[in-house]
Amino acid sequence: MIATLARRLIGLVAVLFCVVSITFLLIRISPGGPFDGERKIPPAIEKQLLQKYKLDGTLWQQYSGYISDLLRGDLRLSTKYRNRSVNEILAQTLPVTLALGGTAFLIATFAGIWLGTIAAMHRQTWRDHAAMFAALAAISLPSYITGPLFILLFALMLGWLPAGGWGGLSHLVLPAIVLAAPAAAVIARLMRGSMVETLQQDFVRTARAKGLRESTVVYRHALRIAVLPVVSYLGPLAAHLLTGSIVVETVFHIPGAGGFFVHSILNRDGFLLGGMVIVYCTMLVAFNLAVDLAYGWLDRRIKSDA
Amino acid sequence: MLDPRTIRRAAKNPAAMVSAALLIAMVCACVFGPMFMPASLGDPGPNQYAPPSWEHPFGTDLNGRDVLYRVLTGGRVSLLVGLCGALVSLFIGTLWGLVAGYAGGRVDALMMRFVDILYSVPRLIFILIAINAFNAGLQEWASREGLAWLVQSSRIAILIITLGFIEWLTMARIVRGQVLSLKERQFVAAARALGQSHFKILFRHLLPNLLGIVLVYLTLTIPAVIIDESFLSFLGLGIQAPQASWGSLLADGAGAINPVRSFWWLLVFPAGAMALTLLALNFLGDALRDAFDTRTRD
Repeated sequence: MIATLARRLIGLVAVLFCVVSITFLLIRISPGGPFDGERKIPPAIEKQLLQKYKLDGTLWQQYSGYISDLLRGDLRLSTKYRNRSVNEILAQTLPVTLALGGTAFLIATFAGIWLGTIAAMHRQTWRDHAAMFAALAAISLPSYITGPLFILLFALMLGWLPAGGWGGLSHLVLPAIVLAAPAAAVIARLMRGSMVETLQQDFVRTARAKGLRESTVVYRHALRIAVLPVVSYLGPLAAHLLTGSIVVETVFHIPGAGGFFVHSILNRDGFLLGGMVIVYCTMLVAFNLAVDLAYGWLDRRIKSDA
Repeated sequence: MLDPRTIRRAAKNPAAMVSAALLIAMVCACVFGPMFMPASLGDPGPNQYAPPSWEHPFGTDLNGRDVLYRVLTGGRVSLLVGLCGALVSLFIGTLWGLVAGYAGGRVDALMMRFVDILYSVPRLIFILIAINAFNAGLQEWASREGLAWLVQSSRIAILIITLGFIEWLTMARIVRGQVLSLKERQFVAAARALGQSHFKILFRHLLPNLLGIVLVYLTLTIPAVIIDESFLSFLGLGIQAPQASWGSLLADGAGAINPVRSFWWLLVFPAGAMALTLLALNFLGDALRDAFDTRTRD
């Protein structure tokens, strides 16, 4: 167990190192410096700026300097939002993104599992067909179609919920649903398939033969096994939600990290972009590790030697 | 190749048939429609924000351009990127899965571990960065080589290649799974006994048997690539004005609705066109997959 964990942690560090290196390289080979603007900056000032933001020296010196700063937990200064550090920007915006993503994560998981289970229990009936039809529709429609349409319908025409911004719980409802819908649909389809298979297994027949109620059989016995494919999907799900939240935050004008992500690319704000990529990937890779460990714990039949 | 029985099974599914008809209509409308309309509809005109009328069935936008014309030409770009990007992913995914499945053992484990890692990394984010990193370079190269058409559509070209490079994972997994079972079959053993090279076994014997499932998954990859492209264009990082794709039209539409005054036609028509296409592609792909893989049907 400890050996497995150690091996996975080493793998985690290796993946992160690759991510950091690729990001740095991609940013540095992009043409145009971060200080290219409307006005031409005098060379002396530009040299000073480059020195302040540690962009002078050879590519290798810049790279090794960046890595050593990262190891000390310093994500450096943003070149666009002068005098604000990347750490500071992330500290302000990341909680918003995590609140939105976390809510969507919970909605997607529970709604997906519930819908898939219902569909599997009532296989080949109207409930099954309706649930799977809805799921396929939700998978097909990305959040930048559903988001603006929901705003038009629920906020502007019906006036039930705010059209955007950030504040109370009511601001969270529309964006969280829009973000969660496609993920919930994927989970519902996974869940249906695996539940249908599980319900045909021997231990389910035994449970039924004992005279247990159908709901007890499904929710107490079958669910525990049938949920496993969903658990292994949670890693990709988190990646999907993080990417998706960039669009949803733009659509609903939510002051999260997503907007900074887009602007850091447009503004060539290398360190801000690098910092965000690193933080996003660290969260994801760590989350994946947690999921893998949970998987092994849920299903003791699997020897977690991966 | 696709078994005629598979097509017959899919043809019994009404949703699949409606989807196929819709798709054909949409592709024809986008490819041929603009040819029968005056090209001046795509140019700025005096008619700002005109609501839908007989003259402009989908209304006009901020610059007085006809929204129907924009939706159709935008559809051309979106469908082109979707199809070509899916073909790139098909090429990479099939090759990767074929080699991994056929080689087996350590090579297989390593290659599939790589796929697993890519699955859980936000790949689109790297594409975001890569497009902006490579675009200027490609434009410079194209203008040096005198490829005027590539200078204009450098972003489309980059989108096709980069999106193809991130959507091949599922294809690789599926092809590998198929190869694992196919390579145990007797015709492969026979080919090996005849002393045929690995290359020949891979491409002459295994590949033709994979064609059906690969084509089925192609129908499911196209909507995925279309979604990726419009994601980037929606954020203003994909197709750039004055060119348009469904994603950038949706971004315009989302910006045109507010509590004071909503120009809803700018949002609803591009959204409708794109939603119909994606739904049709997914329903068709799903029906084909079910028809192909009889095990998944209950």
